[in-house]
Amino acid sequence: MKIEIINEKFDPWQSLVDYKKNDLQNDPRIGASSVFLGTMRDFNEDSDVTGMELQHYPGMTEKYLEDIVNNAIKKYKIIDGLVMHRVGFLEPTDPIVIVATWSEHRDNAFNATRDIMESLKSEAPFWKKESTDKGFRWVQPSNNPDSEPQDTQNEIQ
Amino acid sequence: MKIHVKYFASVRDLMETDAEDLNIATSLSVYELWKQLTVKINAPENILIAVNHKYVGRETKLNDGDEVAYFPPVTGG
Repeated sequence: MKIEIINEKFDPWQSLVDYKKNDLQNDPRIGASSVFLGTMRDFNEDSDVTGMELQHYPGMTEKYLEDIVNNAIKKYKIIDGLVMHRVGFLEPTDPIVIVATWSEHRDNAFNATRDIMESLKSEAPFWKKESTDKGFRWVQPSNNPDSEPQDTQNEIQ
Repeated sequence: MKIHVKYFASVRDLMETDAEDLNIATSLSVYELWKQLTVKINAPENILIAVNHKYVGRETKLNDGDEVAYFPPVTGG
């Protein structure tokens, strides 16, 4: 398993190639690899977005990401999982997050990747602050059309 | 009782600091402490609270040496 918080621009595809080769040693049991990549848009809520600051809670964020991936490994019986997430200052088109899972069959990898991503969005302590043509603003969960309905407090207690 | 308090994102902006160390005399819940810390400001109600890197409910009592964090709903990914 790999969990990494990154404070500078990174190449998610190269990171995947390196991890599969060096850490997974091209495990011959792997029949399916599933990847989700989130990148930064240059618009949100009818505003042009020119930059974004991503904040996290060192220690707690890594702990929750580890728990989320470990839960997916157990639930979907996948071989391994990886999450790499940016913090710091980002520009449009920059990769924000990559989630990858490896399994024997495709259903497990597809489902695990989705599950990890949805859990990350509702539980992992990250916060986005956008720089727009109208000034800076903290992103609200309800403004995000990809988000599940938010009832975070109940889900995570 | 020593408590280490951390703030993140919009809550950090509101409190105008990222962390502070407190000495509190009586046992308080995490929400009671939040109300005391924000008695003079218009504090948001939709905050999340963590103690020692774990989400907790508002009635959770603080213990000596705890690190408590207050922050808004998360928006990663």
